[in-house]
Amino acid sequence: MAIIKRITSSLAAWVAATPLLAWLLGALAAVLLEHGVGRPLADLLGLPKVPVLFGMVLALKSPGLILSAVAYGTIIYIVPIVLITRLGAGVLNQAAAGLLRLNLSASVVIHLCLLYAVLHLWSDISDYRVLTLKLTLIAVMLTLSLNVINGYMGEFSCSHPGFMALGAYVTSVFTVAFFVKDKLFGPPLLPPELGPYFFPVALVLGGLAAALGALLVAIPSFRTRGDYLAIISLAFMFIVKSAIENLEVVGGARGLRSQPDWANLPFVFLVTVLCVWVINNFVNSTMGKALNAVRDNEMAAEAMTVDTRRTKIVAFMFAGFWAGVAGGLFAHVLRYVNPATFGIQRLAEVLAMVYFGGLNSVYGSIVGAVSINLLGEALRPLELFKWIIIPLLLILVMIYRPTGLVSFKEFNVRRLVSPKTPPGGDR
Amino acid sequence: MSLLRVEHMTHYFGGLQAVSDYALELEPGQIKGLIGPNGAGKTTIFNLITGIHTPSEGHVYLDGQEITGLRPHRIAAQGLGRTFQNLALWRHMTVLEHVKMAHYSRIDYGLVGAFLGSRRRRVQEQEFTERSRELLRMLDIESHAEQLVVNLPYGVQRRVEMARALATDPKVLLLDEPTVGMTAEELRQMIEVIHLVHQRLGLAVFIIEHRLRFVMELCQEVQTLVFGRVVAQGEPEEILNHPKVIEAYLGEDWED
Repeated sequence: MAIIKRITSSLAAWVAATPLLAWLLGALAAVLLEHGVGRPLADLLGLPKVPVLFGMVLALKSPGLILSAVAYGTIIYIVPIVLITRLGAGVLNQAAAGLLRLNLSASVVIHLCLLYAVLHLWSDISDYRVLTLKLTLIAVMLTLSLNVINGYMGEFSCSHPGFMALGAYVTSVFTVAFFVKDKLFGPPLLPPELGPYFFPVALVLGGLAAALGALLVAIPSFRTRGDYLAIISLAFMFIVKSAIENLEVVGGARGLRSQPDWANLPFVFLVTVLCVWVINNFVNSTMGKALNAVRDNEMAAEAMTVDTRRTKIVAFMFAGFWAGVAGGLFAHVLRYVNPATFGIQRLAEVLAMVYFGGLNSVYGSIVGAVSINLLGEALRPLELFKWIIIPLLLILVMIYRPTGLVSFKEFNVRRLVSPKTPPGGDR
Repeated sequence: MSLLRVEHMTHYFGGLQAVSDYALELEPGQIKGLIGPNGAGKTTIFNLITGIHTPSEGHVYLDGQEITGLRPHRIAAQGLGRTFQNLALWRHMTVLEHVKMAHYSRIDYGLVGAFLGSRRRRVQEQEFTERSRELLRMLDIESHAEQLVVNLPYGVQRRVEMARALATDPKVLLLDEPTVGMTAEELRQMIEVIHLVHQRLGLAVFIIEHRLRFVMELCQEVQTLVFGRVVAQGEPEEILNHPKVIEAYLGEDWED
């Protein structure tokens, strides 16, 4: 027991003394190493190919290769990260402090560039990784936007797949009708070369359509709360789904295809960063904190001059907007959408990510979206059992941490990029 | 004209007449009390004045302007601050966030400012923070600023509610049983706090209260409500010896 205690406390000290900069550089070294020697190392260890998701899929598919997968992961990822964070912590703490002194925004941009470089290089190995990464980033946007309603404002809204569908279809109709030659809409109305410049416009239109849809759910929320609002919002989701199924103009139940391939990784990454930044800005302002006041005691909020109706409308439309944008990206990543995608299963997934990760928390949304998404991919070889393991995990989290893994934690960018000095350290 | 004036206010819940023909005149700087047995309709009167319910009949004027039927946040923003009988605090928010929240009606950075973090927003949030800290200092609870309210002792929670109500910049302060469940020591402190806000800020205060000692010490005038109807009105001493009041309180431990 004493040994375990010592190991955990020295691990905690290590984490506490390592700035984000060191983690990012460590990860960068790891992905560079994988680029250089990943292939030969995989051959050497007898692996059929480079393990795509840290060997998790591989280990489940052919358990005989578990040891090789673990060895691969250790050599490629763990060793460089540990080396750089242990040896470089001092220098990098100073570097982080220097960057912060220079300018907070500059420091944040540099950290983001590093993060992007890591993600880009990591996903460069296979198309599967690129796809998983894009879908994970989109899931972060969905989770965070749903968290605005269900976490920050404490209503139980089930209409997120509906908002997503509105965004996906409006964006797709715009891009397909204007810039693509397609069976449904005929020749493009504008020269296709202009298309990529209009993609952000298309996404904003999709977001606005979803925000209008959200208004329809926000209005009943003035008078109803809890279970009743959950049912109303669920009804909204089904209405959107069956409306699209019956709209032959956009392909009906067969779906809509031939979206142009504009949702590349840098673009999805940028939109996700923008989404996190804007939502975090909002929930940290007094105007955004009004959501918490409405959740914790609506009558007191009104008595303290908070316009609760406006607050609810803003929360729903804001969350709806980002769900719509995420939906638009989703359609262009898969380059095909059909209404069945936006049903109860999607709802369960998003809700799971919100409640697993943590209510009222940007960190929580990121943790929830990334872990549930990667877990879903990693456990794919288990097929049916996947749907036993993930819910089981969710139940455990709900028992031991009813508000999720990282709930009610403020996302402070300055603290995130600040140097970390261990308590009592001499730096 | 009085600062807060209520005329012929009557209210029904379904067929039940909860308040009948209620009237009030509250002058600037005055402290008035509202006493009465449980269920007499005291809190209902507060809720009617602050807009949580709209009166079935009658009018409410604040500083010469009619506020009857406005939504509660509008009434609050016009200068009617209040506290609640059973503390209505926000359990996941810190003390400072509580007081900042009460500045909501003065936010002028707009949605775009909130989304993008404009300069105007930074400046104004800073103003709110400073003003809130000043109020917390005045009520002697600044040391708790960063704590969640649920972790605080009861007397401090009461003060947080008071600070929050003051942050709305009220002309009139409505206090709904501010001493319920308090120890003798906390009671004494609360009397000081009310004296303080009355003298320093010059507010008019309207208090619902059970403890007659408290009413005697603070109020210049007292109304007694029985079954939704004012049965006696006047100076505290006068009221305590009023036969109707004695009748209403008979059997209750009103000597405190």
